This record gives sequence, structure tokens and C-alpha cells, in this order.
Amino acid sequence: MTAADFRTLEQGQAPAAQPAAAQRTPLGLLRALFSRPASAAGTVIFLLFLTLALLGPLLAPYGANEQIAADARQPPSAAHPFGTDTLGRDVFSRVLLGARDILSLAGFGTLLAVLSGTSLGLLSGYLGGWFDELLMRFFDSLLAMPALLLALMLLGAAGPSRGSILIVIVIVYTPIVARVVRSVVLSVKSRGFVEAARMQGESLGAILFLEILPSVLPALAVEAALRFSYAIFLVASLGFLGVGVQPPNPDWGLMVKEARSSVAQVPWAMYFPAGAIAVLVVGVNLMADGIRRAWTEG
Amino acid sequence: MAPLLQVEDLTVTYRQSGSRVLALREVSLHLEPGHILGLVGESGSGKTTLAMTVMNHLPPEGQVQRGRVLFDGADLLQMPAAGMRQVWGAQIALVPQDPLSALNPSLRVGEQVDETLCHHLGLDRRQARQRTLELLQSVHLPDPGRVAESYPHQISGGMQQRVLIAMALSTSPRLLVLDEPTTSLDVTTQASILDLIRELIQGRQTAVLYVTHNLGVVAQFCDHVAVLYAGELVESAPVVELFGRPLHPYTRGLLDSVPRLEAAAPGGNGRGKIHPAGIQGQIPPPGARPSGCVFIDRCPLAIEICRTRPPLYPSGPGRSSRCHRWEEIAAGTADPRQPAAGSSGQPAADVPQPRSQPALALRDLQVRFKVRRSLLRSLLALFTRRPAQTLRAVDGVDLRVRPGETLGLVGESGSGKTTLARAVAGLQATHGGEMQLGGAPLPPGLERRGLETLRRVQMVFQNPDEALNPYMSVGASLRRPLQTLLKMKPVEAAGRVRALLQAVRLPPEYADRMPSQLSGGEKQRVAIARAFAAGPELVLADEPVSALDVSVQAAVLDLLERLQQEHGSALLFISHDLAVVAALAGLVAVMYLGRLMEVTPAEGLLQPPHHPYTEALLAAVPRPDPGEQPQGVRLRDEIPSPLDVPVRGCPFHTRCPRFLGPVCVEQTPPWQVDPATGKRYFCHIPPEELRGVQSS
Repeated sequence: MTAADFRTLEQGQAPAAQPAAAQRTPLGLLRALFSRPASAAGTVIFLLFLTLALLGPLLAPYGANEQIAADARQPPSAAHPFGTDTLGRDVFSRVLLGARDILSLAGFGTLLAVLSGTSLGLLSGYLGGWFDELLMRFFDSLLAMPALLLALMLLGAAGPSRGSILIVIVIVYTPIVARVVRSVVLSVKSRGFVEAARMQGESLGAILFLEILPSVLPALAVEAALRFSYAIFLVASLGFLGVGVQPPNPDWGLMVKEARSSVAQVPWAMYFPAGAIAVLVVGVNLMADGIRRAWTEG
Repeated sequence: MAPLLQVEDLTVTYRQSGSRVLALREVSLHLEPGHILGLVGESGSGKTTLAMTVMNHLPPEGQVQRGRVLFDGADLLQMPAAGMRQVWGAQIALVPQDPLSALNPSLRVGEQVDETLCHHLGLDRRQARQRTLELLQSVHLPDPGRVAESYPHQISGGMQQRVLIAMALSTSPRLLVLDEPTTSLDVTTQASILDLIRELIQGRQTAVLYVTHNLGVVAQFCDHVAVLYAGELVESAPVVELFGRPLHPYTRGLLDSVPRLEAAAPGGNGRGKIHPAGIQGQIPPPGARPSGCVFIDRCPLAIEICRTRPPLYPSGPGRSSRCHRWEEIAAGTADPRQPAAGSSGQPAADVPQPRSQPALALRDLQVRFKVRRSLLRSLLALFTRRPAQTLRAVDGVDLRVRPGETLGLVGESGSGKTTLARAVAGLQATHGGEMQLGGAPLPPGLERRGLETLRRVQMVFQNPDEALNPYMSVGASLRRPLQTLLKMKPVEAAGRVRALLQAVRLPPEYADRMPSQLSGGEKQRVAIARAFAAGPELVLADEPVSALDVSVQAAVLDLLERLQQEHGSALLFISHDLAVVAALAGLVAVMYLGRLMEVTPAEGLLQPPHHPYTEALLAAVPRPDPGEQPQGVRLRDEIPSPLDVPVRGCPFHTRCPRFLGPVCVEQTPPWQVDPATGKRYFCHIPPEELRGVQSS
């Protein structure tokens, strides 16, 4: 007799984990997120950055492009908590003011990618057949290229602007979201309640959005949070490569790029925006993991 | 004889979200060498917990609060894990419920048996393999060498279970624990597995603890029965006495809930044969159990004294009952049988008379599946010009169901019965033949059916957990068909929902509940209400009660039958359980490898002549009465892969117990009609001759 025999007995008896309905409300989710230190930290970081993005202009002591010639290349001090760069701009103010750009670009981009990915994933998984086959092969070809390379090609063609950055995020992330949604649809669509709905003459829209979508939501929320953290990274990378947000806007990636050449003299001008990117990405990732745990482990 | 196993006063709790709930309470039993003890109970009764505690293998959340498990005089619960490893496998062996998950999927079957032998018997590799092949032979596996070289997924469920039995018995253990070893198997396979276990333990003085919910198996297999309810031992008795004269109201209810084949015997009119709910209500969840008698909430005999906990009264030689009123039950002055509800058993007067048009007619229906090939094989096929393999899931079925009639469709898994129902439902494309609904063509495929046609055909699905949208309230699930199929306004529909819930005996508050708050039986009631919501003419029910406990089954079947009679709908009822079909159907169709073998009025089901396949199925059903098992034919092998269906001749000839010879292999049998019973069957043997052999 092997140990496997005993394992089946255990699994047969373990009380079934019921996905608690309370965790599907925003407040319930927040409570679940704060029940673990890691996801609580991630949530706090995200909410902090969100607040800074909203209130940035009120909190920043200086303007983004305000140059104080006398204070150029100052190390961090009480007057300039993050120091100043080679042009005499206050790094703290620029980091604060840059939060809004990166969060809104990554946020709206993710939102649009989730919307289009969900619709296409639902349709593709449910309809199947040649539509599914064609769409998935097309997505495969997009996914075959590294996201950054694809973004560079698209931006090279469209020219850098906020609009084209949004479009790039949508194109890069729609296939990934669609795949996740489709895989859930495939497992749900053969269940009794979906077949019953078909036999009751429900419309395609009702079947997709009333019957199937609710079962997709937990996986979708996790995926959306994860995509959001990657989108932040992508926007910053594009800024760093010079094809994203253009100067003189206070974009974090752009700030890292501009400060790179003078890193020996003013390291703080590079480390603070780079740190901001890292902290935000890690925070959002921790939060995404928290959502996954709350919804899949019950 | 000194007992081999003695469980004394065992109390077990589980940690569940911070609190402790009682899983077993003061359970005592004993088992002598060579005896078979049946442990019976519904889900949640604690029978698996008891089996695990006996093996000293509770999951981490479980804790033994009190009691001892004496195995050969030593308390297993005090034994350290290292000591237990010498007991598990060698002294106490387990055959689990799900054979596939108990075998390691990445090791060949033979290696896994070898490992047991090497570990417990100290054999070397070569000796072990020699012994393995002998063992596989002893469990009647055809071609043991090939089985030993197979991976678990390459052999059937019945064969996997045989391998596990071989493994369990390889060390000649003194106690064998069988945890529902046949639940996931077909009735014919179950019969041969039980035969096998009986054969193997004979003369070895092995004690067996048999955990099951199947009372038929208990009646045929066990010497003594212990009935568990909500974590307590409520009755314990020798098998003949327990079935003949149960002394606890719960046991009585359980026995009354079991559907019986004999329900189909002549005299029944094919209706009202379901005993209405043998037991009302449902088992209280752990943590919400009554402090007095645990059965008080569901007991028809409950009186004031039942608020105090009854002791286990010795109620006869070798038997005991945990009921204050056992003496009254024994004397017959208290009858725990539930008063039968009014309408059941009455002839159904309001059933519409058979009209000229059948509700459903199938003519030469064909459903095929293309077998998927790997890319490489597809490419090779281009060169070799081998046609793609097709699987004939439904192969030329002719069938008629009259309005208001119930057709029971039975067969082993893989016989194509579900595919047939799905084709009629429009969920499965067909590849030939014709379907008619009320005389008009029924287009295959839902897309080609109009709303009116959709309304007329509805389905009840097998798995209650997947039948309802988990994110939609019960009320919303019931409102949808009313709004889409009957074009009701939301307010009007909400009113109808209350009536629908009432029709399936659920309180109106249930409209606001989510499916996760419902028990399996309640979910299936809602699913039935939804199927009947728009007044269908044909309802397809695919194993609607196979996932439910026996006491719940009866109530759900009763409801299904009532609703069908009220609406005058035809019902196509699929089941692998012949007794359930016999109790519910007026007409029974037996399917094998995509073809019909026999169509018989239910009254004639038990009377010969039978198609040999039906004969074997009937012989395999364990009767829930000790000593009443007819000695019949057994099928040798298991249902062949539908890809290996004999092309010519009778599809059943490879397994047929009445095999004639070349004629069965080469010629397609004719449909024989037996005028005496009104049955038709697909066989070369004429009715008189078949009746002759089968009556003797």
C-alpha cells in the first residue's frame, strides 16, 4: 500500500472550502487583503501612491519644471527631501507630480485591455470553431514577440504620444487577458447551468455576461491587478527608452534616463524615481497576490 | 472468538474555522476475524472519519477526544507513526473509493505492486515481480503481464480497483478496510468486484470493515451492520435482523427510501411506485446537532423523552438500538413508517390519454464522434490514406415516448445514453436519422430551434453543483426561463417563482438564497422546478439523483414524478440504477454500445425472456434484502471501448452469457417480440427458448 491511498481519504474528509460570498464585496475584499501582512503592505503602498497621484499638485513644494539655479545638484536636505537634479529641479516634486501620469496611463491602459480582452476571451471561448482558432493564432503571433519589442515597433510607427501609449498597452495585454478569460470559459461552458440557459433560449449576451462572466471575475480580477503592475513597468520602460512620455514632463522612466549620465554627481536624481517605480510595482504585485489568495483559497 | 478490532467509546472532533465540531460521538463496535462489518450512513454521518480513525490516520484538523481503538489488544491511537507504518499495509489494508487517485499516475501498475511486496515482505525485485503477476492473476485480470506494464490511466476503473485489491491483499492483512470501493463503478463491475473480494477473503479469516451508503451491497455482502447517523452509532445488528426488523426509526426510513427492482413487478401500473420521502428533512450539520436524540428533528416517533439523549439499548442478541422507543417499535405498537402523502399511489387520472402522436419519436438516430489524432498521426494518415476513426456513440436508435409517459433508459457508462439525451436536447449534433417532437420534426442543434420548440423540451442535469449558476440567486435562476420562454413581465415572473418553489416543496424565502447555501437535494429540486417552469412537453433527466443520498433520492424522484403528472409531460429518465428506473418508468429501454438491446414495459422488466444483457444487469443489482439475491449470470469482462464495437453481428457477442456461436458474430440479430410481456429485444434467440433457459 502506498501513501497515496491515505491521501485520498484525507481529501475526502477535508471540509470543502467554500468561496465566501462576503469576499466578493469591495469591503470584504479589503478586509481579506488586510488579514495578511504582505498583501496589507501592498495595498497600503498602492493606496498611498494613488493618494499622491490625486493630491500631487497640492503637495508638491515646487513646480515640475521650476528651476532653482542656485540649488542645482543639491543632495537630499530638509528643503529638498530628494535633492535636486543638474538643472536645479526639485526631485521630490517631480516624483510626486510624475505619479499621476504613470498611474493614469497604466490604469486606463489596463482597464481598456481588460475590457477588450474579456469580451474577446468570452466570445472566443464560448463560440469556439474557426473564430476561436483565428483569433487565438493571431494572439499567438502577438505573444511571440517580447512586449517591449512590440511596443517599440508600434510606437515607432505611431509616434510617441499619450494616446499611442494607451493603444500599445491595449494591444500588448489584450491577448494575455483574453487567454485567461477563455480558459475559464472553456471549463464553465459545459456546466449544467450554461446548457440550461441555452435550452431556455437565452441570448448570446445574456449567456456571456449573466451566466458565464460572474464565474470568470475572480480570475479576471487577479489578472487585471497583475497586468496593472506590468503596465506600470512598461510605461516606465518606454519613458526610459525615450519613446514614452516626452520631456519635459516629470515621467519616472524619463527621469531615470535623464539622470543616468550624471549618476556619479547626482545619484539621488536617479535613485528616487527608480525606487518609486520599484516600490509601486512590488506593492501592486503583493496586492494582486492578496486578491488571488482571497478569492481562490476562500 | 476474541474480537480483532475493538472500538471503544470513540469521540472525534474537527477544527473548523476556530471552533471544534463533533464528528463522532461515543462510538463503540467490535469485529471478529473472518467477519464482514458494514458501516452504513449518508454523507456527513461520520463513516469515513470512523474508518480513518480505525487506521489512526485522521487529517490534521481531526482530533480524538476520547476512546480507544484496540487492534489485536493494542491501542492503535497510542502507537507512534513509525509503529503505524508496520501496521498499515501489513496488518491493516485499505481499498479506497477512487482507484485512479490512489495509484501513482507516473509509475507502471506492476512497479507499484512490486514496491508493496518489497517493503512489507522483504522480497527482492525479481521475486516481487513474480508474485505481482500471480496476484494480478488471482484478481482475475486478463493478461497480467500487460496490465503490470500499463500505467494506471491505461486500464479501466474496474481493473484499477482489482489492482488495488491485489495490492491490499498481497500482505495477507488481518483487517481490510473498504471505503466505498465500488461507488464509482458500473453495477456489473461492482458485482464482479464484490464476488472477487468474497472469494479472496474466504478461508483467510480476514476481518473486513466495509464503508458504504449502498444498502443493497450491505445486504448481500456483510454479516453485521452498524448504522451511523450524525456521528452517532444509532443501530447495530446482524444483517438479516437489521433488514428484517429494524429497531431504530432512522434505519427504517433508510430501508424505505431504497428503490427496489420489485417495484416494477406486475400489479404496479408504472406510476406512484416511489415511496414518498422515507425520511423528511436533512442531516443536521456538525455544530448544529440536537443535544437529545440526534434524529429527533426528522423522527416521526419523537416524543418528550427524546429530548434526553438515548443510551445504546441492547435490543437483542448481538444487536443494539439508540432509540428510547425501541421496545414499542419491536412490539409493533409504534410504527416509524411515515404516513404516505395523499396523492401518491393513486392511479394518475389526470394523465392525458395517449394521443396518436408520440411526444418523442427517434428514427435511426446516429451520433458520431471523431477521434482526435495527434498532428503526427494526421500527417501519417495523409500518406497511408487511413480514414479518421469515428466513434459511434449512438448507432441507429429507434424509440417512441408517448405524452405523459416515462421512458427509463439504462446501460453501463459508455453505453451512449447521455449522448442520446443530449442529442434530443439539442446540445449534441446528430449525424443521421430523424427526431420528431409531437409529430413535427425536431431540428438537431439548439440554434435551429425556435423559442416555442425550446420551451417544449427541457432538461434536468446530473450534477446538482453545476446545475445552478453559483452567482445567481434561486429566484433569478427560476425567473429567467419564465421571462425568456414565456415572455413574462418581471413582476409576473416573480409571482410564478413562489408557485414553482412551492411545487418542489421549498419555502418562498429560498428565492433569495444563493446555490452555495443549498444542499445537494435542494439544488436538484430547484433545477427540476426550472425545467418544468415553462410547461415542457418532454423533460430529459440525466441521472438526476445519482449524486444524492438515498433518503434524499426518494423525495426528489417523488417530486419529479408529481410534476411530470401535473404537466402531463413525457419524461426520458436516464439512470445506471435499474431499481430507480423500475420504480419510476412505465417503459424501460436498455442500451449497450450505442444501440438499444431491449425495450420493455416496466411491469415485464423482471420477467423472462430478457435480452442476455438485461439479464446480466438484473443479476448484478444487489437486492436490499439479505438472501434474496438471484443467482444469475455474470458478465466476464468490462464494456469494450466504443472504438472496438464489433462491426458485424451482435454488438454484445463479445460478452454475451448466452453466446450461440458464429451466428452471433456474423449476422445482425433481428428484433424479437414477446407477445406475453410486450417486450422487444435485439437477439437471435427467440422468446420461448430464452424464457426456457432463463426461468430454470
